Amino acid sequence: MIELVKVKKVFNAGNPSEFSALNSINLLIEENQVTVLKGPSGSGKTTLLSIVGCMSRPSAGRVKLQGREITSLPERFLTDIRRKTFGFIFQQPNLIKGISVLDNVMLPAYPLGEKRSHLRDKAMKGLAELNIGNKAASKVEWLSGGEAQRASIVRALINDPHIIIADEPTAHLDTKLSYRFMEIIEKFKAEGKTVIITSHDPLVYESSMVDRVVNLRDGQIEGEPA
Amino acid sequence: MRNWIEKQRYIIDFTISSLLRRKVKNFGLLALYTLIVFILASTMFFTYSIKKEASLILKDAPEIVVQKIVAGRHDLLPVSYLDTIKNIRGVAAVESRLWGYYYDSLVSANYTLLTPPANGSFEDTIKSSAKTTVVESESGDTSKPLFELNGAVLEPGTLIIGNGIARLRNIGKGDFMPFLAFDGNVMNLRIAGVLSSQSELVSSDLMLITGEDFRKLFGIDSSYVTDLTVVVNNPSEVEMVASKIRKRLPQARPIIRDEILRTYDSIFNWRGGMMIVIFSAAVLAFVIFAWDKASGLSAGERREIGILKAVGWETSDVIQMKFWEGAMISLTAFFTGVILAYVHVFFTGSLVFEPALKGWSSLYPNFELTPFVNLEQLTTLFFLTVVPYTVATIVPIWRAATIDPDSAMRFTGD
Amino acid sequence: MILHPTVIANLLAVYISSGMVLYAVYYGVQILKYWDIESGHELQLVLERKTYLISTLLSYVFGLQLLSLFLFIFTADSLTPLFVGAMCAAGTLNVDAFGYPTLVLKIFNFILAGLWLVLNYADNQGYDYPIIKKKYLLLAFIAPFIILEAILESAYFLGMEADVITSCCGSLFSSERKTGIGSEIASMPALTMMWVFYGAMLCTLASGIFFYLKGLGGYLYAALSLLTFMVSLVSIVSFISLYIYELPTHHCPFCIIMEEYHYLGYLLYILLFGAVVSGIGVAALIPFRQVESLQFMLSGFIRKLALASVILYAAFTAFVTYEIVSSSLVIAYEVVY
Repeated sequence: MIELVKVKKVFNAGNPSEFSALNSINLLIEENQVTVLKGPSGSGKTTLLSIVGCMSRPSAGRVKLQGREITSLPERFLTDIRRKTFGFIFQQPNLIKGISVLDNVMLPAYPLGEKRSHLRDKAMKGLAELNIGNKAASKVEWLSGGEAQRASIVRALINDPHIIIADEPTAHLDTKLSYRFMEIIEKFKAEGKTVIITSHDPLVYESSMVDRVVNLRDGQIEGEPA
Repeated sequence: MRNWIEKQRYIIDFTISSLLRRKVKNFGLLALYTLIVFILASTMFFTYSIKKEASLILKDAPEIVVQKIVAGRHDLLPVSYLDTIKNIRGVAAVESRLWGYYYDSLVSANYTLLTPPANGSFEDTIKSSAKTTVVESESGDTSKPLFELNGAVLEPGTLIIGNGIARLRNIGKGDFMPFLAFDGNVMNLRIAGVLSSQSELVSSDLMLITGEDFRKLFGIDSSYVTDLTVVVNNPSEVEMVASKIRKRLPQARPIIRDEILRTYDSIFNWRGGMMIVIFSAAVLAFVIFAWDKASGLSAGERREIGILKAVGWETSDVIQMKFWEGAMISLTAFFTGVILAYVHVFFTGSLVFEPALKGWSSLYPNFELTPFVNLEQLTTLFFLTVVPYTVATIVPIWRAATIDPDSAMRFTGD
Repeated sequence: MILHPTVIANLLAVYISSGMVLYAVYYGVQILKYWDIESGHELQLVLERKTYLISTLLSYVFGLQLLSLFLFIFTADSLTPLFVGAMCAAGTLNVDAFGYPTLVLKIFNFILAGLWLVLNYADNQGYDYPIIKKKYLLLAFIAPFIILEAILESAYFLGMEADVITSCCGSLFSSERKTGIGSEIASMPALTMMWVFYGAMLCTLASGIFFYLKGLGGYLYAALSLLTFMVSLVSIVSFISLYIYELPTHHCPFCIIMEEYHYLGYLLYILLFGAVVSGIGVAALIPFRQVESLQFMLSGFIRKLALASVILYAAFTAFVTYEIVSSSLVIAYEVVY
């Protein structure tokens, strides 16, 4: 599904502050599975996630998505693929303040120029499924932590992606909300989606629905062969 | 194609809400922008409409004015010149003019004294279309009168004065005004009327006086006049006639109306251009300010763009959004500035510029200019304001738009 | 020099254009030297980001060129009263030797900039920026012409001297001049030109439609569209303007953009410029039809360009024909003026 071969990521190359975030990563992520990337901070989790999710390009190595080589795709193509294939859930809900929940949720679809009424219906449906349909018109500042995160999940789903990427999703959630989150993940898996999560929360990586845990340390994967 | 339109609509919606969310910052920029447009527009409207007024006034002026020059200075012209000129082929009519300046030490002002043309009654002069220094306003004609008599009649011993003089000396119809004649005697002249304020721009310091009184006041013999006006009907013959006059009367200086028009045009262009050049410092300062504002993204703005890029907006989408932002600010500032300038120049008589324009002149007309705004002025304004602003913001916009999408991931709220 | 606000605006516009193009070329050279799509090196990422800047700059230059082309004519027209013998923009452009060359160069640069944007659009559709090097070579080619335009335009405006009274002691300032400025424009005989125009237009439209349907003869179409462009310009001077002005001697191609003629000239010229840019764009893109990453879209795009060009030319012809038919002027026989 997603294949990384000898992927390296170096920041500030050539400068004294040169820093190698990822060193020769070989990774294969299977379809319709929940994969967790686990590791301490500074291990390169976020960088790896960003490369897997077509948000940045590796300094060296190859990345393949469903057999297609995407390593050297220019930004506009990468973004196009990312829009249609991936849905991102960040640590922070990262909603834009000052506009309504509904507008926030529809945001990723704007560049595609879909018909407005169509888009609105999709958005409302998504909000209803996660039980925040009544908050559609409110400003994001009025949402509770859990509601905000659910809104950001709806946003991630607006373009019907089949790979979900979540970066430390439970970092700012309490236990109850964390369990609720994992239930949502289970639903994704049941729908046939692929899920990739980074976390150092045992509640996440020890969960029964997780198919595979990848351990990262100092920019390299421990033990696991590609 | 439909997708593209829909996409622009979405982006515009987002841009409007984004502008409104940062009212304070954007308002400052907008105010400054509007001010710059206002100043430049006022300058342009002012110069262009004065230019237009001048050209309208001169439109029906006689084709040639003939003066006598002695040792480089303007001298009195012998009446015999009239006949010499009348005999030149192509000359339709020749008129003599009596006019001069009188310095009033009481108010430190110079008055222009003029004898209206002597042939026919005033009403005839006004209604006929004979070309004299007085330009009649026929109905439907677009030219402007040099003065409008307002029904007053000039008799010997009386004066008709311009509005500026009336205001300055606080006198009106029926009052008497003393003049110091050339021989030291005092001449008392009664005010018979005041010229209309329509023509105030050019007649503010004008006084109409009869020929006899003029000669009595200045001691000018009846065989001399101040200068002559010559009417030539065929425009392509004007230069020929002028050179013939020069040949036959070596001390004569013919001045062609079109030369005057061109010179006036040039002067006003130059003045207008000079103002623009001076204000260019202000425009430059504004452009630097705009560039700085565009470059200085707050942390919040940075985050917002990071989020946009993370959820799937491309660099070119963000550039488009920023472009709409700039366009909206520019359009608002442009239209507001132009409208304010229009009101300023044509309704308040350029209140802000008045001190600079007036200088120390004592006789200052009330500037009621006819509104004259054309596409050329607006386009020039556009090029002098909107274009520099837009260009200055290109690089900052691009920098903002190329924020890394994974910056949103790295923002952990810590 | 005539310090007229509009003159200042013109000069400002052309200096800004040159500045932007030079800035773009500077980065373009970097791209030509270091571009390597395969590398994930930071320099490559920086260069890729720079391409956005350059595209944005060039789009602005293109828009600015079009606007300043019309502003230039406007300015020439408004300076007319200052020169003896000048009746309209045509006269003012004759004031010194740089007027008409500047105009020609402005049109030329506008077409070049448009061409670059067409290439840029195609390049962006390919996932490996297939024609990027050629694109930036074209940019390097355009740059000296824009600089030249700035120089010529500056020379034109700065060398102008109005026929004005310069000293209060002199006299007869204009009689020293031998002749006024000629406002006549050399023009081809009207009736002959009509045949040439309609003939050329018919051939071009036919060729364009043929190319659109069959995909053959792209170069032919591009050549014909360039030819028709020039024929149209000559035709405007030769007979089209006569019908618009309803005057058998008024050949000026600039007055039709003025208010009294309902700004018709803008419409005609914009159609014409759009048509020639898209027409030539066809020829510029055909060599790249074999490029792998553009396979899926280039042929279709080229055909659409040709179609756009055909439609614009057709619209132009329609408007011209309407003007001729509805005009009160009838040219029954040729009169040599």
